[in-house]
Amino acid sequence: MNIIYTDNNATTKVADEVLEEMLPYFGELYGNPSSMHTFGDKVGKKLKQARQRVADFINADPDEIIFTSCGTESDNAAIFSAINAYPEKKHIITSNVEHPAINNLYKHLEKTQGYAVTYVPVDKKGRLNLALLYSSMSDNTAIASFMWANNETGVLFPIADIAKKAREKGILFHTDAVQAAGKLPIDVKANGVDMLSLSGHKIHAPKGIGVLYVKKGFKFSSFLIGGHQEKGRRGGTENTASIIGLGKACELAQKNLPVMNTRVRELRDYLQNQLLEKIPSCSVNGDLEQRLPNTVSIGFDAVEGESILLMLDREGICASSGSACTSGSLDPSHVLMAMEVPFKSAHGSIRFSLSHYNTKDEMDRIITALVPVIQKLRDMSPFWKDGRVV
Amino acid sequence: MWDYTDAVKDHFLKPRNVGELEGANAIGETGSLNCGDALKLYLKVNKNERILDASFMTFGCASAVASSSALTEIIKGMTLDEASKVTNDDISDYLGGLPKEKMHCSVMGQSALKKAIANFRGVQILEKPGEMVCECFDVTDLEIIDAVKANDLKTTEDVTNYLKAGGGCGKCLERIEQVIESVKAKG
Ligand SMILES: Cc1ncc(COP(=O)(O)O)c(C=O)c1O
Repeated sequence: MNIIYTDNNATTKVADEVLEEMLPYFGELYGNPSSMHTFGDKVGKKLKQARQRVADFINADPDEIIFTSCGTESDNAAIFSAINAYPEKKHIITSNVEHPAINNLYKHLEKTQGYAVTYVPVDKKGRLNLALLYSSMSDNTAIASFMWANNETGVLFPIADIAKKAREKGILFHTDAVQAAGKLPIDVKANGVDMLSLSGHKIHAPKGIGVLYVKKGFKFSSFLIGGHQEKGRRGGTENTASIIGLGKACELAQKNLPVMNTRVRELRDYLQNQLLEKIPSCSVNGDLEQRLPNTVSIGFDAVEGESILLMLDREGICASSGSACTSGSLDPSHVLMAMEVPFKSAHGSIRFSLSHYNTKDEMDRIITALVPVIQKLRDMSPFWKDGRVV
Repeated sequence: MWDYTDAVKDHFLKPRNVGELEGANAIGETGSLNCGDALKLYLKVNKNERILDASFMTFGCASAVASSSALTEIIKGMTLDEASKVTNDDISDYLGGLPKEKMHCSVMGQSALKKAIANFRGVQILEKPGEMVCECFDVTDLEIIDAVKANDLKTTEDVTNYLKAGGGCGKCLERIEQVIESVKAKG
């Protein structure tokens, strides 16, 4: 069976071009980039090119790029570095829909180190309460950190505006751009961010490689203390093949941005609109405009997400759900709850996240498969009768 | 992905006895839209209290559907006395086991069955005895004590997996911990 992969916010396929670029560095080109011999330096030179490519992708200087082991490490390193730089400031500002990579870190800091964290709430469309955000900024704030794009709904936060306000108040600003990268132009200078996290596996590079951008001038403290790698900012011999792959992936992502915002957006809109038209009692979660071009989260009333996913799985369709049952917890995702999505559709919310590898034919196959799946589940739901929720 | 047995998959994809049951004379309902799963069990019982037929409507994950389907298969042909002895473990065993995190799906089956039997016999299930612990999922301390004893549960996580208690807002987790401790203390 052909797989239809529409779970690209979870992870992406390593692009063929990326794999090809990496392969020699798993094989004959195994040198250590720090070595004092030409053999190692060959890898060192390639690493330098990769760093340049990543820097170009976000309009940074190569010196401002730190390679990490994943998006989670980048997020952790950013926050820890901020609180180390301002040990007397015990307040953090963030949103209530952040990824666990950063959200659970705040919970940890609250519990173990006495930090006060302001979780700025979002409205029903997933948009930040900016008035509350700005009024919570104070002299005691060590860092403000907001995700650029939400992984579940694709909703975008106004990063440039928040960064500007933070700068005016002298507050450090970090953004988790793991989901935004490759889908929107990312320009650290134009947006005025101090730190920014990326993850390779969301942009067709392998898993286990991340980036933290740190603006020149900030007194960054290492998260992984060790050797001189990354200019002493992150110890550990470089994951050469993955870094090289990520460099290539950034180059490709830049090239693909227009496709993302035309063809992929059209596919997403087509899928969304067809589902809304063909399936009664369903609704899109999150703002329709301020949203990633590849993502749609759609809630089907009176049915449960895991059941939908497992039935789609039988048709080779990969998607994900905001439902609890897939994760082992019982409440729907904290993102949908923060948006006050009603329970009747939150439990039955499915996220489709596309890439440029998807086709119109695949969207048609999803639509064809999903209509009877929802019908079948509604036929056995005690909350569905005579074509509506009861 | 959950490690579901073939029986769970089979009962999920081809559920037995789905839909409202014509001529049903006993109904048991449990769960809600809010908590993510719900089961409405229909029984047709003759005057000798034998279950002639059973059916269900379920909202929930694959294991909730499979548990409901299994339950109806298990109890068909039983007398109400026999059926009242069916436990969540019987449902889980019938399906070759459920992942630990999904045990509450089988508990839901047992609970709906209890309610249907009471409904047939005209017994009012009154306000649950005991003190309310988990408001999200309507679970009392006595229910937790029963579950802890019957299944040798050791942690709040275990309790959540069986009864859902504590799996919502989490405010009652400390209270659940105390209940577990009190059972342990009493031995
Ligand atoms: C918004 C966001 N931040 C951080 C991460 C974590 O990235 P990684 O899986 O590379 O640790 C993810 C991906 O799961 C994400 O979607």
